[in-house]
Amino acid sequence: MMVRTFKTTTAPHVRHPDDTSKIMRDVLIALIPVTIFSGFIFGWYAWVLAIVGVFGGELTEYIIMRFFRKDKNFIPDGSASVTGLLLALNVSVKLPLWAFLVGLIFALVVGKHIYGGLGANPFNPALVGRVFLLISFPVQMTTWVKPYWTKFWMSPWDMVTTATPLAMLKEGGSSAINSLKISDFFIGNIGGSIGEVSALLLIIGFVYLMAKKRVTWHIPVSYVGTVLIISTIFWLINPEKFGTPIFHILSGGLMLGALFMATDMVTSPVTPKGMLLFGAGCGAITMIIRYFGGYPEGVSFSILIMNAFVPLIDSFTKPRKFGEVKQNG
Amino acid sequence: MAGAFSDFTKGIIKENPTYVQALGMCPTLATTTSAINGLGMGVATLAVLTMSNVTISLVRKFIPEKVRIPAYIVIIASFVTVVDLLMHGFTYDLWKTLGLFIPLIVVNCIILGRAEAFASKNNVFRSLLDGLGMGVGFTLSLILLGSVRELLGNGTVFGVKVWGDAFKLFMMILPPGAYIVLGLLAGLFNFIGIKKNEKAKG
Repeated sequence: MMVRTFKTTTAPHVRHPDDTSKIMRDVLIALIPVTIFSGFIFGWYAWVLAIVGVFGGELTEYIIMRFFRKDKNFIPDGSASVTGLLLALNVSVKLPLWAFLVGLIFALVVGKHIYGGLGANPFNPALVGRVFLLISFPVQMTTWVKPYWTKFWMSPWDMVTTATPLAMLKEGGSSAINSLKISDFFIGNIGGSIGEVSALLLIIGFVYLMAKKRVTWHIPVSYVGTVLIISTIFWLINPEKFGTPIFHILSGGLMLGALFMATDMVTSPVTPKGMLLFGAGCGAITMIIRYFGGYPEGVSFSILIMNAFVPLIDSFTKPRKFGEVKQNG
Repeated sequence: MAGAFSDFTKGIIKENPTYVQALGMCPTLATTTSAINGLGMGVATLAVLTMSNVTISLVRKFIPEKVRIPAYIVIIASFVTVVDLLMHGFTYDLWKTLGLFIPLIVVNCIILGRAEAFASKNNVFRSLLDGLGMGVGFTLSLILLGSVRELLGNGTVFGVKVWGDAFKLFMMILPPGAYIVLGLLAGLFNFIGIKKNEKAKG
């Protein structure tokens, strides 16, 4: 009888050098330009929030895994620091540190580990944390600071507050935002959450991620494209009330949401067709909230709502297996 | 007598109507914005549940099988009307806060569930204890849920200030807070239940 000298394991046998921590590292690298820029326009406190987000996120996840889920072999994979950094980029710079930590713990516990941790969470944890903070601390989360280019040492509590362009539009119509320059939107010289203001740096980060093949173009293009189509229609109907399409694309959290939040691998559809559908849904819900909702901005809500539809989208857009016969055909 | 005693106690933890049986979710989620509202809703349900259990147990032999549900509903609705009018008369503020949810006790599935599952099969004394136990369990659950939400959302418990206004998590007063706290508490109760079973098995 032949003696088996080597063991065969079950499939898959293909090995790939990529793993979670490498992907997460690339996402962190892609977010570095925005994070550095945020410190220059909103002061040192923005960096404090980002650093607390990265290290606090990892620490929180370690404690959850080690002491609540009792996983002795847990090695940090960087996903919690991505959540923490994205949450930091998604809050107003006037948010107190303890409130940020409450939001971070909420994001990781309720947004992620209650569902079973990375890969099993239906909703983007950073957005769960952001919406939790937005509803719990409406005052601190919606008081925005005017960009201060040269006063890095200023604490955010001494800064002049301002409204976001979207809030101005909701209050006063197009005339309220006529004085704002589109170039300011593009570079990031406007009030808003820490990481959402500079469309340029967000696009640079996203291009890096695309070059590394971590994400595809489908979700951002269909998301921004839907916003473009809807806002063009409404702009043609009533330019006084609804802002220009380019304003809607560059203002608020749309760029951050479309490029980094909606494209989260865990909470977005698998197939390209599904991704296009997902992005279109996000865009439509965002514009509905912006035009008719109670909040001036709807990116985080729209992505969370579409996250809930991801399993449905996936089952709709499941590709046919090789050789499978079309049913009812 | 041991059996009778367990009729009472089973409703409090082992078969807790809210966290273990997950019954009566609508008033549980909607009225527990504060501990006092939870208490009010719980006591109102406790009163209706006890009285309806006793009455249904008394008349259980006269009610034909086919019309038993309508008959139970009529009995329950009568008691709910009594409780509604009493609360209107004596605890007007609470009555105003709870609003529609007092008449809705009629369709609370705990009450109909206990009538169907217990009172229609057991004698008056045991039905009384079962109603009291389930009612107390429901009341305690609502007080617990209401206290946690009030503490986190408003910084108070039963109106007594615990911490300052700055630490209020407004979301806990809103519907999402109800779902999240309920889910976490249900998880906790199940965790305790699992641990107990493991211990019992050795």
